[in-house]
Amino acid sequence: MAEKKTIDARGSYCPGPLMELIAGIKLIEVGDELEVLSSDKGSANDIPEWVNKVGHEMVSSTEDQGVWHIVVRKAK
Amino acid sequence: MSNSSISIMLVSGSHERLQMAAMVASVGAVSGNEVAVFLSMNALQYFVKDANAEAPAEGSFGEIMSGKNVPHFKNLFESAVELGDAKIYPCSMAMDVLEIAEEALESYLSEPLGLTKFLVDAGDSQIWTF
Repeated sequence: MAEKKTIDARGSYCPGPLMELIAGIKLIEVGDELEVLSSDKGSANDIPEWVNKVGHEMVSSTEDQGVWHIVVRKAK
Repeated sequence: MSNSSISIMLVSGSHERLQMAAMVASVGAVSGNEVAVFLSMNALQYFVKDANAEAPAEGSFGEIMSGKNVPHFKNLFESAVELGDAKIYPCSMAMDVLEIAEEALESYLSEPLGLTKFLVDAGDSQIWTF
């Protein structure tokens, strides 16, 4: 069964959350999901761009009280 | 955007320029671009192991940035290498001038390179200078 891990990158500025996401994605299996918590709006905009560029899958991106919850599925 | 080669010449010792170069290198590399960085002049000193890596601000932005949780430029360069296969070359001329041995430099740096070879390798790639 696919797993979902969470990386807490709140408080870090661009491109910190993206780098943490990429490091995390290397450690999970194809099909698993990774959630990144980010308080940086720029990263919330940039991460989906990176996900689309390299061919992973955006699952969701929601904002709650200044924190973005960005969920990505490893596709390859 | 299709993948391409990005060549970065980093010569400044200011926090803002080191940071921007590190951002371009890391994001460029992890997005599938071939990234090569040439470290020379005032930039090289920060890549000596155990050297002071707190670069002075060039302006108000750098001063403000120092008080925020911005990823350190050296960590970004290391991520560019580890996560995106970027190559970071110390300039052999700057090493000679500063009398820095290759062993004294951070281990994630590639072998020293001369400017001629860097430019030949850069070919038609985008060259960014900081």
